[in-house]
Amino acid sequence: MTTVTTSPAALVERILEIARRVRPDAGAAVLVRETSEAVLRWANSTMTTNGTTTDRTVGIVLLVPLSAGGTGAGVVRLSAPERLIGAADDHAGADATLEAAVREAVVAAERAGPARDAAELPAPTGPADTDFVAAAGETSAGVFTGLAAALADSFGSDHSAGFADHHVTTTWLGTTAGVRRRWVSPGGAVEVNLKDPATGSSVWGGRSSRDFADVDLPGLLGDLRSRLAWGRRRVALDAGHHETILPPSAVSDFMIYLAWSMGGRPAQEGRSALSRAGGTRVGEQLTTLPLTLAGDPDAPGFPGLTYEPVLATTSSGDEVSVFDNGAVTRRTEWLRDGRVGELAYPRAAAAEFAADGARFAPPSENLLLTGGSDASLEDMVASTRRGLLLTCLWYMREVDPETMLLTGLTRDGVYLVEDGEVTAEVNNFRFNESPLDLVRRATEAGATSRTLPREWKDWFTLAAMPPLRIPDFNMSSVSQAS
Amino acid sequence: MSIESAPAGRPDAVHEVDADFLALPLREVAAAALEAARAGGAEHADVRVHRIRSAVLELRDARVVTSSDTDEVGLAVRVLREGVWGFAAHVDLTPGTAAATARRALDVAATLAPVARETITLAAEPVHADATWVSPYDLDPFAVDPGERIALLTDRSAALLAAPGVDHVEAVCLQVKEQTFYADLAGTVTTQQRVRVDPGISITAVDRDGGGFESLRSIAPPVGRGWEYLTGTGWDWDAELAELPVLLAEKLAAPSVTAGPTDLVIDPTNLWLVIHESIGHATEYDRAIGYEAAYAGTSFATPDQLGTLRYGSDVLRVTGDRTVPHGLASVAYDDDGVSTAETGPFDLIRDGVLVGYQVDRSFAPRLGLERSNGCAYADSAGHVPLQRMANVSLSPDPHADTSTAELISRVEDGIYVVGDRSWSIDMQRYNFQFTGQRFYRISGGELAGQVRDVAYQATTTDFWGAMEAVGGPSTWRLGGAFTCGKAQPGQVAPVSHGCPSALFRGIDVLNTASEAGR
Repeated sequence: MTTVTTSPAALVERILEIARRVRPDAGAAVLVRETSEAVLRWANSTMTTNGTTTDRTVGIVLLVPLSAGGTGAGVVRLSAPERLIGAADDHAGADATLEAAVREAVVAAERAGPARDAAELPAPTGPADTDFVAAAGETSAGVFTGLAAALADSFGSDHSAGFADHHVTTTWLGTTAGVRRRWVSPGGAVEVNLKDPATGSSVWGGRSSRDFADVDLPGLLGDLRSRLAWGRRRVALDAGHHETILPPSAVSDFMIYLAWSMGGRPAQEGRSALSRAGGTRVGEQLTTLPLTLAGDPDAPGFPGLTYEPVLATTSSGDEVSVFDNGAVTRRTEWLRDGRVGELAYPRAAAAEFAADGARFAPPSENLLLTGGSDASLEDMVASTRRGLLLTCLWYMREVDPETMLLTGLTRDGVYLVEDGEVTAEVNNFRFNESPLDLVRRATEAGATSRTLPREWKDWFTLAAMPPLRIPDFNMSSVSQAS
Repeated sequence: MSIESAPAGRPDAVHEVDADFLALPLREVAAAALEAARAGGAEHADVRVHRIRSAVLELRDARVVTSSDTDEVGLAVRVLREGVWGFAAHVDLTPGTAAATARRALDVAATLAPVARETITLAAEPVHADATWVSPYDLDPFAVDPGERIALLTDRSAALLAAPGVDHVEAVCLQVKEQTFYADLAGTVTTQQRVRVDPGISITAVDRDGGGFESLRSIAPPVGRGWEYLTGTGWDWDAELAELPVLLAEKLAAPSVTAGPTDLVIDPTNLWLVIHESIGHATEYDRAIGYEAAYAGTSFATPDQLGTLRYGSDVLRVTGDRTVPHGLASVAYDDDGVSTAETGPFDLIRDGVLVGYQVDRSFAPRLGLERSNGCAYADSAGHVPLQRMANVSLSPDPHADTSTAELISRVEDGIYVVGDRSWSIDMQRYNFQFTGQRFYRISGGELAGQVRDVAYQATTTDFWGAMEAVGGPSTWRLGGAFTCGKAQPGQVAPVSHGCPSALFRGIDVLNTASEAGR
């Protein structure tokens, strides 16, 4: 066991010790997260609301055997200021606070009754991380030095709005089963919106990044200015079913929703679009394109999209369980070679539905859609006789859970492609489409590249997608927005 | 089915701000931060100690899935130095950290000054020294034993699960207590506490042989009340839940809708969300002048049209108000230190014409206003205050107390829409699409059973222009949302919208099954 006195790691140990004392027969998981974040925001080509924050929380999960049978789960989360971490001789007051939180979690677990997702906490797969006692990672506004300089140059000529954030999240996880893990997850993104007041055109682009060293803002701005030029000719098109090329960002927003909807229990119980009469859609062939939609901690081919393969959570649901804290995650293939591959299950649900082939499969932190050709987006435009090229999607919401029908809008650039070239900008549309149906109807998938989702970026940034060609994308109505 | 009102609430108990929040070193932290900001040359600085206590209780099929409590607190310092904002936040509530956080905020302002192409001026506001406010509620939801909370939801879930045709039940209750201590260089000091709850219960019927399913959710809105809301004050849960399985059975047997232009009578339980999306957000001044362009979007209702834009029919009157009782956006002082009682309700649309915007202290002068109308809010210590939405509400008919049934009686062939479900609107607030929980065919001025697979689409000004009549005061209800999103980094805000039932002519109705290609 690691012995430390003053650090977030020590906080983990102290809480586990309190939990053992308060309720020796209970399992416990303690999760400390510290996030250092810097943000830049601008609009109308001037800086607006910017700042830096440091936040630290501790999550306490108590898994309490119940006298009537079964195990209940209770969770308490609280801010973890220095006062709780403090020096070793200043622990009495802090320990009282922590003990109160532990007792609150015990009461919550006892009152909750037997949990359906109950399972023994996972045993450690190795010794404690050697850096378990290390301090948190940090960032500062300095990470944006290069970006700010490029923006300053841009503000003189571009009508620009955008946002850049960089965060470094350090997680410490300890459980009564012996897991002691610490990992640092740096992340962030920049996105830029340019407008041409003369034409009314609007364009958007963005990049995710771990450290901003790989962000080429002048290059991104150059691409966006080229797209603005496409708006010099504008054509009004009616709603209807149009051949449409979805670029990787738009594809990612559909695929993220699909991945979020892969819950095994809802599908098994008949209340999901992944249900079918008498069972689930696992194994059903959606497309003859050999598409695989996977979450993979190793992100083969995309080193910037890797994540730590450890489950750490303070909430339970259809796809994830607090009883699984410390479990090692794995590559999950939601779609495999054009078929529905597998569904998301906590360990207990995987055991419950094992006869149906269920395996422990928590939601992934990245999403990779592969299996397309080597064709780039430009290649797919070049091979299009007449169709639409989208930029990104916005305000997507589920209309019908039975079919996973989503509505939403095109945003910041819809272009008419004629005889292999972009010839004009067209109006925006409202669409009604299901990600499942898009996979079913796609006639071409290009080369997979790293992309930034637009709609779901606040929750999900690690994605690599190909462009998709949809022969009959359902543009339900015209939007006047530009 | 009932289209009448929920019972009125009983008088609220008077509460004080919790002692454990007042025991935090609020004034010491504020003094240290403000002194550091003053020494660093800030012309304005404010300090917020912001505590959010929240609880999530979720049951599926009468068993607890999640039971968690969260208690987060931190300090935020915002400075205005030479007309440029700087912001910093920290989890540690000590004078030393507060001063250091203020210096970090000053550093941000100084670093960005060369890149800032405009300077900020704040509207002058009166100083409010040591003001305290607590929202009206009877029973602090955090004072209720978790066992009692779970038992209530378990009992209700079990009763629904036992009803014919119900295969699954999901019950959720979110509850929040928000405490804010605010102090600024001008001398305003406010301490506030408010609570809110968001309970909901949905039932699902599964056709195992056919492979389909259908669900229905309660239409009780989230409100600024305490636990008493779950036991009958402000909503008749027993009546609604008793009715739910019958309504689901009717929905399952209902015919699919015929798409096309349709007269709609929209219940307040659905219309509030249309107001939120197509008026509430569209009349945010920061959006209208481009400050959300890269994210939430802008607005078709631009300031050059103030006083002239025909937003809707003559019966359209919309106000903003942060004082409405039990409103989710109701506070006594906003996060700029502005008194909402002094700003009072303010007109956004009058006689169908755009006449106002929602602003905070930084945007009021740009619109030529001398005062803010109290719309600043930050959702946590980690985030900077923004212009956020007031309780934006549609006024009822001031001349006649027209009932929902009377509105329905004016429709020969149409649909009555109840409860919200799916929603989406474009980034300039033109084109929207909504669904609902229940849709009733209106035939010959009377309800004629449910129809299903309904969505309606419109452009904002066309929709409000097609509003022929609004119901009277007796049809007026407060709806709302717990987590309205805006800004980057993303912030959520609770907000309510009051409205009467209303009659619309010729709105485009879609068949969602056809839209899905079935």
